[in-house]
Amino acid sequence: MGENVIVSKNSGRVQFVRLSETERPEITIHVDGAPVSALAGDTLLTALLLAGGQVRDFEFGAGGRAGFCLMGACQDCWVQLESGGSVRACTSYVREGLRLKTGGAE
Amino acid sequence: MSSDKNILIVGAGPAGTRAAEVLAGQGLRPIVVDEAPASGGQVYRRQPAGFRRSAKLRYGFEAAKAEALHATFDALRERVDYRPDTSVWSIENNVAFTTGPDGVARIPFAALLLCTGGVDRILPIPGWTLPGAFTMGGAQIALKAQGCAIGERVAFLGSGPLLYLVAYQYAHAGATVAAVLDTARLSDALPVIPGLLTGGTTLAKGLWYQNWLRFNGIPFKRGVRPIAVDGEDHVSGLRYRDVRGRERHIDCDAMAFGWGVKPECQLAELAGCDMRFDAIARQWLPECDAEGRSSVDGVYLAGDGAGVMGADAAEYRGELAALALLADRGVAAGARRRKYLKTRLQRLMRFRIALERALPYPEGLAAALADDTIVCRCEGVTAGDIRQSQSLEPDEINRAKAYTRLGMGRCQGRMCGIAAAEILAHRKGVSLAEVGRLRGQAPIKPLHIGIGGAAAEDDPERAASI
Repeated sequence: MGENVIVSKNSGRVQFVRLSETERPEITIHVDGAPVSALAGDTLLTALLLAGGQVRDFEFGAGGRAGFCLMGACQDCWVQLESGGSVRACTSYVREGLRLKTGGAE
Repeated sequence: MSSDKNILIVGAGPAGTRAAEVLAGQGLRPIVVDEAPASGGQVYRRQPAGFRRSAKLRYGFEAAKAEALHATFDALRERVDYRPDTSVWSIENNVAFTTGPDGVARIPFAALLLCTGGVDRILPIPGWTLPGAFTMGGAQIALKAQGCAIGERVAFLGSGPLLYLVAYQYAHAGATVAAVLDTARLSDALPVIPGLLTGGTTLAKGLWYQNWLRFNGIPFKRGVRPIAVDGEDHVSGLRYRDVRGRERHIDCDAMAFGWGVKPECQLAELAGCDMRFDAIARQWLPECDAEGRSSVDGVYLAGDGAGVMGADAAEYRGELAALALLADRGVAAGARRRKYLKTRLQRLMRFRIALERALPYPEGLAAALADDTIVCRCEGVTAGDIRQSQSLEPDEINRAKAYTRLGMGRCQGRMCGIAAAEILAHRKGVSLAEVGRLRGQAPIKPLHIGIGGAAAEDDPERAASI
């Protein structure tokens, strides 16, 4: 089921490793239709990279992208909201009920 | 207060905080706009609510400074018009345009203090756009503000103070550091030892981190030259040449790299500030005097955004620029303090210049990039594309931009600008200064779609700020 796969090429691997700060309330978001568990205070980028290997496909060539600067400067990590519009994953935070698409940006 | 008397501070890091403190102390009520949900900037970035690690654990030797800066800003909250989670995306005719939780706003100002900070100075290398490759500052933020490592086995590449610090912080937090690869050679440092010694405790801390890494058995190489980040869909390794020119390989699933910090000066440009080429920074910087006055009346610059000098200097420069602003308005206060701050800054500048030479951006590596290496990560423009644009006889980098879309993507050349300039300069046989610069254009960062309207309910940035 393609639409339930978080990412096409980097599925099955995750990028980030959580080292500490695990005592926070759990929050479930939906990524490409599938539930993803996160913790309150996680950025969208953190949640996506703890659950998968990338946050979007590169729109001008092969491969995926997983963010780069984590400080809102490089604009590499924009992801789409199911409801329309897009957000920068490294400066946005998880919220119950949030639904994202990782197909690409814009 | 009528709006045309507004004093606007952009940025609530070390410089913005100290500037706000001075102005609020005079009973003025500055507007402080900051992109982050909490003050501190990137260097003293706070962790979200619900996180429990101590300041000591997150900021190490700098914990006391970080806590003092946070406390200063928190104590100002009633005396400043603080607008967190808010970005300035344009400045025109003494009006700043912002986007934030309440949508788009315009802020007319009589005086403007830009404390916009910096971002990692990046050298593109083959494979640098693979998932798993992050900036040095980004790797630090993952740990500092999220309690995460960027991968299972992390290699650190580059040069500059952050290299040793972040590698140490990762190892100390329990992450696996695959290697620390410094492009600087010991011979770079030898001629500037007197200047380095003026760094005092800052130098001592840097050496302490290096010794800690060695003592804990973390592979640590100097004088390396990066070859490529390996991997098909994600980072699987890093290849480099050691100081003797032998090819080496490190297995890793993540890598962090960067060569110091470069200033964020797009807003200074939009405000009309004259720019000058700075040979130390290897880029164009806004002109400003020793107290932070730009070439535009009423526009002041402080912190790394006005030329990188580090967090301690940023605190001094923020205070100094605010005192200069007061002096320019005829407030007879702070003359002795200004003199003292300038003396301190001169000393820090001497150290900064020595550091830049001891831990340099590796000159010539960008110019030598293979044609198929991506330089502009937003648009996928390669080194070859940039070189080919030269056959069309453009005279400078904005012509190359028009032909190749270099720097036209979302980041506006923040990541690729320095390397692209070097590639062009080398190709044309001219100096970096002659290549020119990618001009800042509004909006300096992408705007939210549906901002301020019904979409706000689905906007997690808004949720985070409540």
